[in-house]
Amino acid sequence: MYQTESSWGSYMPPRNVGDPLERIERLASENAVVIFSISTCCMCHAIKRLFCGMGVNPTVHELDEDPRGKEMEKALMRLLGSSSAVPVVFIGGKLVGAMDRVMASHINGTLVPLLKDAGALWL
Amino acid sequence: MRESMVVVVLVRGEDGNRNQTRFPDLGDLDQPAAAFHHYDAVDLSSSSMFSFKWGNVAVLSNNLRYDAALNTNIGSAAIATTGTGCLDTGQYVYHKGTTLGSSLGNGHSIDNWGDSGMADSSQQTDTSTDVDADDRNQLHGVQHGPIAVVDSMDQSKAKAGDQKTLRRLAQNREAARKSRLRKKAYVQQLENSRLRLTQLEQELQSTRQQNIFLASGFSGDHGAGYGVVAFDMDYARWLEEHQRLISVLRAAVNSHMGDNELHLLVTGVMAHYDDIFRLKSIGTKADVFHMLSGMWKTPAERCFMWLGGFRSSELLKILGNHIEPLTDQQLMGICNLQQSSQQAEDALSQGMEALQQSLADTLSSNSLGFTTSGNVSDYMGQMAIAMGKLATLENFLHQADLLRQQTLQQMHRILTTRQAARALLVFSDYTSRLRALSSLWLARPRD
Repeated sequence: MYQTESSWGSYMPPRNVGDPLERIERLASENAVVIFSISTCCMCHAIKRLFCGMGVNPTVHELDEDPRGKEMEKALMRLLGSSSAVPVVFIGGKLVGAMDRVMASHINGTLVPLLKDAGALWL
Repeated sequence: MRESMVVVVLVRGEDGNRNQTRFPDLGDLDQPAAAFHHYDAVDLSSSSMFSFKWGNVAVLSNNLRYDAALNTNIGSAAIATTGTGCLDTGQYVYHKGTTLGSSLGNGHSIDNWGDSGMADSSQQTDTSTDVDADDRNQLHGVQHGPIAVVDSMDQSKAKAGDQKTLRRLAQNREAARKSRLRKKAYVQQLENSRLRLTQLEQELQSTRQQNIFLASGFSGDHGAGYGVVAFDMDYARWLEEHQRLISVLRAAVNSHMGDNELHLLVTGVMAHYDDIFRLKSIGTKADVFHMLSGMWKTPAERCFMWLGGFRSSELLKILGNHIEPLTDQQLMGICNLQQSSQQAEDALSQGMEALQQSLADTLSSNSLGFTTSGNVSDYMGQMAIAMGKLATLENFLHQADLLRQQTLQQMHRILTTRQAARALLVFSDYTSRLRALSSLWLARPRD
């Protein structure tokens, strides 16, 4: 409980502008394959290598290089329900998931069609 | 003419080619061969074709057909048709009924050569003449060295050769005896190794159990609740059960069990695999380094381990063509699986490399030690970062296990029940053999 000098007392209106989750969704829909990452994270490095190895050119947002990265990290953690926010992959604007989901979908053969539908892979 | 078993001894021509025999006049004979022994002479009226080289001696025995033409032909050489190879040592080939060399002193003459008149007793050279090299000089350039076709019954004239024969035979016996002894020694060594192997396995088993008792006091202290030894125990139990399930599956496959029952067994094995991944997950959280070290595996398995287990990309390679025949769709599925598992594996490997590099960078950045308090906080700071990086090891190990599990499951999806059963057997056999290899290696005799 803290005091503000605003006339609204202790009530803080929701910050719709720049809601991290919205920002995430907006960024995710800008490209076919979007990865949210942290530059020092090795699992993020692995997931980047996975897509590059498949011939996909993903768009990577390094959250530690983004001024609002901290918020987005927290939002992603909530979204995924996990203690680790990154790496997280969106394909065609839709959430695919973290490394385990991405790998599982690659092994069971659903990743490639998804990529093709999003226009990230040809043939 | 009569046919008989003969020992025919011929001398080879000294023309530098040991294999070449020249019997130009013996066109009507089957195979002129070169064999020479100093036997009763055949009267060589004309100049011999050969200058004899005593070193090349062979004895051939065979059925021989004579006709009148022999008479003239034999003038220069004796004939033999041979079914046996040339023996340079002068060893005699014994055919049934031949008793060459076995009884000396029989004074048989080659009487039954009748028409041929080849054997001329008058030219009998005595046994003192040795066939060996020391006689080479004697015969060098001799125009008509003695040549004889010796009948199998004519032992007395074979006396000189008999001694050689006996010596050769004795040597052979000796060699055979030594060979048998060597074989016996080798088998004995194998038996010893086998005993040692079972001994070692028993020791291992008892050591494991001892560890359980010892460590049961430890795990509580660590607070993890699930220590290294606990995992090893669980793994050993899992392995036993796995082998039991596999043998049941093998019996089912061999007995051509119906698909429905087979399907149950296959899903049973697959579900059992899920158990080990669950156990590994718990073990990783308890002690990631123990899982990564692979100390719970046998040495050979450990050698080829990747991130705490088998390589998912290797699974399909091990299966090879044991799962054939495949439909086109299956083939595509398998190829895709091979490719995707390889890609995922590579990605994780590269992630691990990045981790190692980053850890190295962290640990080497403030390596000058701490002399001032400033450095101490730097040191602690870097250590904290390093700790964070180590924590990601767990994640990598976890992802690697997931990859293995998913590869197995996808393989199961693609294959028919029978194919999947075979695949599970093949894969299980492969790891069994690796384990057996480890045991053999550990038990190998060292000097």
